[in-house]
Amino acid sequence: MKSLAELQALRDKAKAQMGMREDAPDNIRILVGMATCGIAAGARPVLNAFVEEVAKRGLKNVTVSQTGCIGICQFEPVAEVYVPGQEKTTYVKLNSEKAAKIVVDHIVNGNVVTEYTIGAANK
Amino acid sequence: MMQELSLNVLDVAENSIRAGATQVGIEVCEDTAQDILSIRIEDNGCGMTAEQVARVTDPFYTTRTTRKVGLGVPFFKMAAEMAEGTFDIASEPGAGTTVSATFRHSHVDRMPLGDIASTMALLICANEPVNIRYRHVVDGREFEAETRQFCEILEGVPLSSPEIQLFIGEYLKENIGALYAPEA
Repeated sequence: MKSLAELQALRDKAKAQMGMREDAPDNIRILVGMATCGIAAGARPVLNAFVEEVAKRGLKNVTVSQTGCIGICQFEPVAEVYVPGQEKTTYVKLNSEKAAKIVVDHIVNGNVVTEYTIGAANK
Repeated sequence: MMQELSLNVLDVAENSIRAGATQVGIEVCEDTAQDILSIRIEDNGCGMTAEQVARVTDPFYTTRTTRKVGLGVPFFKMAAEMAEGTFDIASEPGAGTTVSATFRHSHVDRMPLGDIASTMALLICANEPVNIRYRHVVDGREFEAETRQFCEILEGVPLSSPEIQLFIGEYLKENIGALYAPEA
C-alpha cells in the first residue's frame, strides 16, 4: 500500500525541477469545467485523464486545473487549453480517451484536435 | 443527476470553496449494523442567510450569472430522499455552512458512494491552500487525510503538480479501499 514516505521521494524529485512550471512564460494551462453541469457529465474522469497523461509523459510546462461553469452546459465536459501566444482552444463533450489524445496531439505536438473543438460541435 | 454520491460530494464541496472557506471538513460514515450511510460537508465560508438556505434546495434558484438553474444541492437532497434518508443545511452568514445527508445503506435506490478517492484527490490538489479534511469510517474502521498533512511533506512543491496529484489519488484509493477489505 502507498505510504507517505513515497510522497517524500516524489517531493525531492519535483524540487529538482521546481520553478519550471506555473510561473514560467511558456506554461500551458488546461482548465476543466467542474461545476454541477460538468461533474454530472463526467468532468472528474476527464480531469484525471489529463493529469495522468501529463504526469506519464513527464511534461514540465503544463498545469491542469479546474474552473467553474462557463455557460455552455450542453457541451460538458468542457476543457479550455491556453498555449502562450495562441488563441484559446475550447474542447467539448470530452471523455478520458479524448483528453489523452488532446495531450498528445495538441500539447506535445502542437496540433489542435479540431474535431473535438466547440467549432466542430456547432456545425 | 449524479451517478455517484462521491460526485455530489465534489459538487457540494465546490460550493464551500466558492464561499471562500479556508477549512472544509468532509466526513463519510458507514454503519451497516444500523444500516446508515451519512455524509457531512462543513465549511467556514461566507455562509448563507435564512432566506438563501430556504431557497437553495429550489432548482430554479442560483447566485450564478452563467446560467439560470442551480441543481447541485437539489440533486444531493433528492439522492438522500430516494434512499429513505434525511437532508439538512445549517448555515449562518459569516460563520459557514454544514450540509448533512443520511441514506439507508441497504436501500435499493441508494446510489453507490463511487470513486470518493478521486473526489478527495481533486478537492485536495486543486484548492491549495484551503485545508480540506477527510474522514471516512466503515463499521468502526477509520481513515483520515488532510491537505495540511500533505503540504508538510511537500515543503512547497505544489499539490497541483500532475505527478503529485496522481500519487495522492492512488494513496487515497488504496487507503480508502482498505476500509472495505475483509478482516485479516
